[in-house]
Amino acid sequence: MMIKEMEIYLHIPFCVRKCAYCDFLSRAADEKTQQEYVKTLIKEIRGYGSTYYDRVKISTIFVGGGTPSILTGEQMQHIFDALHQSFQISKDAEITIEINPGTVTDEKLCLWRQAGINRLSIGLQSVNDEELRMLGRIHTYGKFLDSYRAVRAQGFQNINIDLISAIPGQTLESWRETLTKVAELEPEHISAYSLIVEEGTPFYQMYGGSGENKKETQDSLLCGEGTHRYLPLPDEETERAIYEATDELLGRYGYQRYEISNYAKEGYVCRHNLGYWERKEYLGIGLGASSLVEHTRYHNTSDYEKYITGVEGHKDIREEMEKLSLADEIEEFMFLGLRKTKGISAKEFRKQFGKTITDVYGKELKKLESENLLVRAGDRIYLTERGTDISNAVFIRFLDP
Amino acid sequence: MSEIDQSKIRNFCIIAHIDHGKSTLADRIIEMTGLLTSREMQSQVLDNMELERERGITIKAQTVRTVYKAKDGEEYIFNLIDTPGHVDFNYEVSRSLAACDGAILVVDAAQGVEAQTLANVYLALDHDLDVMPVINKIDLPSADPDRAKEEIEDVIGIDAEDAPLISAKTGLNVADVLEQIVQKIPAPGGDASAPLQALIFDSVYDSYKGVIVFCRLKEGTVRKGSRIQMMATKATADVVEVGYFGAGQFIPCEELSAGMVGYITASLKNVKDTHVGDTITDAQRPCDKPLPGYKKVNPMVYCGLYPADGAKYPDLRDALEKLQLNDAALQFEAETSVALGFGFRCGFLGLLHLEIVQERLEREYNLDLVTTAPSVIYKVYKTNGEMIELTNPTNLPDPSEIEYMEEPVVKAEIMVTSEYIGAIMDLCQERRGAYQGMEYIEENRAVLKYHLPLNEIIYDFFDALKSRSRGYASFDYEMLGYEKSELVKLDILINKEEVDALSFILHAGTAYERGRKMCEKLKEEIPRQLFEIPIQAAIGSKVIARETVKAMRKDVLAKCYGGDISRKRKLLEKQKEGKKRMRQVGNVEIPQKAFMSVLKLDDD
Repeated sequence: MMIKEMEIYLHIPFCVRKCAYCDFLSRAADEKTQQEYVKTLIKEIRGYGSTYYDRVKISTIFVGGGTPSILTGEQMQHIFDALHQSFQISKDAEITIEINPGTVTDEKLCLWRQAGINRLSIGLQSVNDEELRMLGRIHTYGKFLDSYRAVRAQGFQNINIDLISAIPGQTLESWRETLTKVAELEPEHISAYSLIVEEGTPFYQMYGGSGENKKETQDSLLCGEGTHRYLPLPDEETERAIYEATDELLGRYGYQRYEISNYAKEGYVCRHNLGYWERKEYLGIGLGASSLVEHTRYHNTSDYEKYITGVEGHKDIREEMEKLSLADEIEEFMFLGLRKTKGISAKEFRKQFGKTITDVYGKELKKLESENLLVRAGDRIYLTERGTDISNAVFIRFLDP
Repeated sequence: MSEIDQSKIRNFCIIAHIDHGKSTLADRIIEMTGLLTSREMQSQVLDNMELERERGITIKAQTVRTVYKAKDGEEYIFNLIDTPGHVDFNYEVSRSLAACDGAILVVDAAQGVEAQTLANVYLALDHDLDVMPVINKIDLPSADPDRAKEEIEDVIGIDAEDAPLISAKTGLNVADVLEQIVQKIPAPGGDASAPLQALIFDSVYDSYKGVIVFCRLKEGTVRKGSRIQMMATKATADVVEVGYFGAGQFIPCEELSAGMVGYITASLKNVKDTHVGDTITDAQRPCDKPLPGYKKVNPMVYCGLYPADGAKYPDLRDALEKLQLNDAALQFEAETSVALGFGFRCGFLGLLHLEIVQERLEREYNLDLVTTAPSVIYKVYKTNGEMIELTNPTNLPDPSEIEYMEEPVVKAEIMVTSEYIGAIMDLCQERRGAYQGMEYIEENRAVLKYHLPLNEIIYDFFDALKSRSRGYASFDYEMLGYEKSELVKLDILINKEEVDALSFILHAGTAYERGRKMCEKLKEEIPRQLFEIPIQAAIGSKVIARETVKAMRKDVLAKCYGGDISRKRKLLEKQKEGKKRMRQVGNVEIPQKAFMSVLKLDDD
């Protein structure tokens, strides 16, 4: 039997406090609940052993949340023991854990290293304490610096720092300050996201959904009396200026943009995330975690009680199983692959789908090229800067191949 | 079937302002005459179209025959002819009235007499009907029956002393109405042995029976096998069946004779052969002359109707053909628009008629429609002496070929309480109204008389009237004729291309304002696209207003990881679906609703 590569995503749905913009599956919880969850998670991991141990080799693991670093070092150790016993994990596997400043201790860091964790992703978001407070973050920039020094001191050599741009009240200047300070710390990787106002978050209530309403709500909120005075979101022009400035400034510090929101020093792209855009198979473990296995997408139940009792009772906890058709996969190949700066490979397209990209999208590609939204250079097809700015408008042209 | 004694027949209708309770009273009469048991009664038996029930208005004349046992011990046949209740259907109303011998006037005890009430009463009096007033809704806390009576006497000039005070809703005192029908409404006349002379007051198409003609026999008798002729259309046919109207059903009988109201089915293929107002006679033994009052009704308002999905064009044609079977006033012919593709230019009696047809197409035939701005019929006098009647702005000849143009003008009566007279006069002024006078009908209510161009009232005049009078003004109008007017065609250019579906004709004095508003509205409605889009309003080659839709700057999702992918595809699919529903004009995508939005430019 051929052993294929696979990635693992592990979800820890807990955090100290929910941030104002966050729509991830996460909440504050007591120690007892956390312990119960870890126990169940380990049970779920062990359940996969018989299916996967002989059949796949794990190339990357990503422990995300929430704030996975909220768990005790011991809990994390148990989780990784289970992973190592149930899966064959490559020697050079990239193993990432998300952490938040203020939740790491030397003891935890030490245990993580022993567990094989070799990459840390730190949620900083901004160096401006006022902005941090506004986002609802629990830490200050100073606290971040403490944590950053601590993880470096423990010998972690692959670190990502998460930043959020276009947050309310932000100017191009304050953003440049954040970028510069962070770049000078020389992390190996930086993720810089434009704020997305997601439904169901406090930010959504403040800044509303789409276009017209957003503006109205904003205006009325700005005029509102009392203690809550909300700062405005940057307009589209400022937002794009911020985006362009990011690429330019980080470029000067030796970072290359390799995806819409991701920048890395040479040799440090995030292999796990790259897997999503290149449609590698991945197994999601934990509450609400998504998977792509055997041409099928699904996710685990997002209902905490259902998850716990489901795993305990050996029930199927998978939901929204969606078997992908060839057309679905071709679409995904395009709208995921074109997120990457280097775009997609025509050869790879042919290898995966048995027909040439010109046969499927020849007309669209030509048109997009003429509109200066896309470039075709040899084997590679990638978006121009303009194409990236309006990438959704480009992607929809690749639907229904 | 035994001979029916003419003296035991009462043919009548109910006239009322919208919402004064006409249909409810009709229900009660049907219920209390025992034709249906209470349990069988669905509320408002007569308004049987879903739409009619929802809007609370009657679109087609409905008729029902019931039997009433009066206090004198005799049984009377009541033919209740329910008339359409809107100015758009004025002609139909007048023909229904002509089929009656009397009318019940329903006046809301709280609202009193309204403009439409007046118009309908005058119409009834014109037909020599005996009008019998009834005060309704006396159970409302705001009811003021004495004031309502006074108004009926002062404004209309008919005796309201012993008008029953009723609540059609609860049935209170409706029994008095039934007795008064017997006493006050005259029995029909006519000679059953004279040559046939019957008035057509409506017709419907039934897929089993074919065309069903509703008629009132003035003279003579008709029975199965008679050969009949329509005097105006000259169409002849053999009678297949005659009968009368049960509640919601047709009940065949042997014959119909003078004084009776009933239906005839005959070997007729098309409702077009049976014009409302035409006279039916015996083909072998015709009467001397047709009944008076017949005229061919012509549409007053035109607009383009297009299927939102171009592939549905044949469906739209089928639906229009079917609707036309029951609605002889609806006209349509195929047309093509650069912006909207294949569709139909349709003619309507008025804006309500237009809205009703549009709603029925959307609801009963499940069609998504795009409607162009409604237009009246303009008369274009060309320099070469030719005159054309213009129903589609796109067909306006080059200005150099036009000598002058005329537009239709109506005579409008607006009834309003005195505090709003100023506001309503301002409104009429803005709409180019010519003041004709004002009459106080009581201390604080007046009728304002104006001549108004029809094209100023077909958009949103009624809404404006209501909003500026807090709902207190009522309005009625009739065609006056054509007047010379300084008219221009306003074109809209999107990305430098003229969008024919958005062109319309208007008075030169209002063109700038309207052009500006249209551009603003379109700017709101057209989403940002890959490139900048100028929106211009122009008269001829002269641009009078301009707005710009900026190029799309940003349409990107910052994050897309393992858990986002399914949702991401769904979002993209939705975005694409939205794009598909747009109309492509040149290389600009215009949402369907942009075409409609310019019809409703707010008055601010």
